[in-house]
Amino acid sequence: MMQSQFDIVVVGAGPAGMSAAVEAAKHGATVCLLDEQQRAGGQIYRNVAQTTPAQAKILGKDYLAGGRLVQELGQSAVDHRAGVTVWNVGEDGAVTYSRNEQAGQVRGQHVIIANGATERPVPIPGWTLPGVITAGAAQIMMKSDGLVAQNAVLVGSGPLLYLVATQLLAAGAPPKALVETQTRRNLMSALPHFFGAVKDWKQLVKGMRFLVTLKRAKVPRYTAASEIAVEGTDHAQAVTFRAGGKDHRIETDMVLLHQGVVPNTQISRSLKLDHRFDDIQRCFHPVTDALGQSSHPLFSIAGDGAGIGGAKVAAISGRLAALNALASIGKIDAGLRDTQAAGLIRSRQSELSIRPFLDVLYTPPEEVFAPADDTIICRCEEVRAGDIRKFAAMGCDGPNRTKVFGRCGMGPCQGRNCGLTVTEILAAEHKRTQNEVGAFRIRAPLKPVTLSELSALSDTIHQDKTQ
Amino acid sequence: MKSSSNSATADTIVIGGGLHGCSTALHLALRGMKVIVVEKDRVGRHASSANAGGVRRLGRALPEVPLSAASAQMWQNIEALVDDDCGFVASYQVKLADTDEQMDQLRARAQQVRDIGFEHEHIIDQQTLRDLVPAVSPACIGAMAVKGDGFANPFQTIKAFHQKCKQLGVTFHEGSGVDRIERAGTEWSVQTADGTFVAPNIVNCAGAWGGKIAAMLGDDLHVEARAPMLIITEKMPHFIDCVAGAQGIPFSFKQFPNGTVLIGGGHVGTAHPDINKTDLNFEGLATYAKTAQRYFPIMKNAKIVRCWAGIEGFMPDGIPVIGAGQADNVFHSFGYSAHGYQMGPVCGKILSELVIDKASTLPIAPFAPTRFAA
Amino acid sequence: MFKPLETPPSDEQLSFTFDGKPVAATRGMSVAGALFQSSTDAIRNTPVSGSARGPFCMMGACYDCLVQIDGVTVQACQIPVTDGLVVSRVPNTHKGAE
Repeated sequence: MMQSQFDIVVVGAGPAGMSAAVEAAKHGATVCLLDEQQRAGGQIYRNVAQTTPAQAKILGKDYLAGGRLVQELGQSAVDHRAGVTVWNVGEDGAVTYSRNEQAGQVRGQHVIIANGATERPVPIPGWTLPGVITAGAAQIMMKSDGLVAQNAVLVGSGPLLYLVATQLLAAGAPPKALVETQTRRNLMSALPHFFGAVKDWKQLVKGMRFLVTLKRAKVPRYTAASEIAVEGTDHAQAVTFRAGGKDHRIETDMVLLHQGVVPNTQISRSLKLDHRFDDIQRCFHPVTDALGQSSHPLFSIAGDGAGIGGAKVAAISGRLAALNALASIGKIDAGLRDTQAAGLIRSRQSELSIRPFLDVLYTPPEEVFAPADDTIICRCEEVRAGDIRKFAAMGCDGPNRTKVFGRCGMGPCQGRNCGLTVTEILAAEHKRTQNEVGAFRIRAPLKPVTLSELSALSDTIHQDKTQ
Repeated sequence: MKSSSNSATADTIVIGGGLHGCSTALHLALRGMKVIVVEKDRVGRHASSANAGGVRRLGRALPEVPLSAASAQMWQNIEALVDDDCGFVASYQVKLADTDEQMDQLRARAQQVRDIGFEHEHIIDQQTLRDLVPAVSPACIGAMAVKGDGFANPFQTIKAFHQKCKQLGVTFHEGSGVDRIERAGTEWSVQTADGTFVAPNIVNCAGAWGGKIAAMLGDDLHVEARAPMLIITEKMPHFIDCVAGAQGIPFSFKQFPNGTVLIGGGHVGTAHPDINKTDLNFEGLATYAKTAQRYFPIMKNAKIVRCWAGIEGFMPDGIPVIGAGQADNVFHSFGYSAHGYQMGPVCGKILSELVIDKASTLPIAPFAPTRFAA
Repeated sequence: MFKPLETPPSDEQLSFTFDGKPVAATRGMSVAGALFQSSTDAIRNTPVSGSARGPFCMMGACYDCLVQIDGVTVQACQIPVTDGLVVSRVPNTHKGAE
């Protein structure tokens, strides 16, 4: 029988979760780290410990840096359970998961949620066609499948778009084009934040280097693109858009979308923790203090799941959340927590200095938040933007009511793909703030689970009780 | 957004914007009354959305049988009432048995219903059952069945009733919890977060919160808030038309036209009615999962997409309160104890008769609020 | 559509079936990755409109890469390929199907 009671349970083995688990174990806490992937690393450092020399060359130093964390985790006393899908987090700290169709449950005196980010949905006409994937998906395939997208057209905005483009280039698959939505106005708005960003000049230089590399390789770039759509009937065939006062059409069977990443709030929402809408990053995040403490005493949140900051910030916030958790269960005292936290908070501050510049420079265009009526926004139930507007006119004033009106958000993804768009459309229709409109209620299971697994769970719980 | 200086008068104020509140308002409006509905949250926010959608005469408590039979007729023609079919699919409701003892219990039950003059419940043998429900476990030896029962879509239903009410001029005040109710001459004055509303008649359709409203009106009616749980699966190829229950076991099972399968029937989580919150009870859910596989082996590999619970009001004797309160022109209709959905259409009609005619054409004596008086 | 970054060693190559047809793959790939490599990305039809759909996020969030293994619906991007694995399409529950 596997151990089921821990001082601290960490959900997610990306930079935040790995750091949190390692830090907590260092202080003598018993730690269980649960993660869906077969290996630690999260999406950003996915598969980093198994990288071949060819992959290493293409994916670059920033990626390989994650190897150290994976190594530390491997050497620690953390009980790392890989390949497990967490499908419920109870208010009592019980975390229920499946592994190979078997249900399991662990309980922590404190739980650190480090479930990272997902890509912001980019609802444009044709985004549901096969052949359209996220830029992150293309990068994941380089990292863990050893596959490179060919003749890709990258669409959207944000640092990852350039990173993936240069990685494809390095892998011998130059993208066909970059269709970018950021405008000169974005740049002007971002400039006031430039001096803050200069503190992180290395990042800025890196960004410039990407652009130079793409230019040298003669990858066509279109900026301030609008009215972007993917053409095709059963598969993507071309990207069409307007830029520089002209209509464009680029043939491709591979479209990579990206408009930045947003916190994955499925667990924090299911726990009904307090959330707030960030007007700059245009997404909800759970409310936390500097150490990651959420509105519920048993739960801390670390990494991009608490607000987008990137991998380095996530690793720091993981350690902070661990200190918070350790102090809250009495493993360390508040004095030690605060002494250790102070330095970490300072270095996080400096890592975050470039954020306001990037957030404004790559803010998604309004058409991402206000898709045309015909555009599908709920990929599972195929609900269109116009349907939501129609529901709004009929009195539908919140995301949860769109379920009543037209099954929006009721498919297997539970609103992961449409939640933010629904909030934005309803906010616009009712002229209210996103905070007022709110978000979908998230119900267990967080990910679908079979009936046989669920029925086996009662036996697991019983065994646990009689132990 | 909200102005607390709102004030309006009407013929009747309905407290509670669930299916029963909407149906009551609808029938009152059909008879020409001006109606205001005050709802503390949103229309259909609680049990009216989070129910299993069963349209069932089968297995009803005996006092409910005549009401349920009358409501069944209204369901057959629901579109005429609310301009929407509410997703109603008539087929069969069956109550499965896998032991001889259970079969005997079902036979005795069907006889009781015949004794009070209703013929809808039939006993069917194993072969008939298998023809009707090919996916049923071979261990089932028979069932009680009602032809013409079935299911509807709760979301679609509450939406249709709400829209029809609005079309008929019913005014809705959502986010409008009742703070105080006062008598002002021959009128009732209902003070809410959204303003004060005045009318000679009040109907309390506040569900799990019905006891609280009753107390404001001088009636001591204890209703317990519970949280019946439901499971919905991924979309599966069509395999069953009937709605299935099981003798002696909390279980209700149906497949919607979109392919999803809904499992419910009585296991409850924890209800927190003061903060609109429900907690799931995983042992209860696991029992549902076991029961579903026991009667329908095809479900073993089916994926559960979502579990949830709604807040519903339960009376100590398991049947609702329907009737006049002690004060003048006060009427109660709540505590449907997790089986009020099918009776929604008829109970709204009954309440409209009570308000306007001061008597109902259906036998409602067993539901009298006075039955709990010590 | 996709090409391998490098030629995998022969002992890392394996084969599974999708809808009865053999698909070549490399150890370490996900089922979705391997399907992409074989240019099979329209792997299911949606229940609502019957439209073709394929993998989208590759990180387990979007539920567009659903397939069935041993009768259980799973996310193809979350399942590592194994030699001889039998993968099938999810049943088409769209009304116009059959």
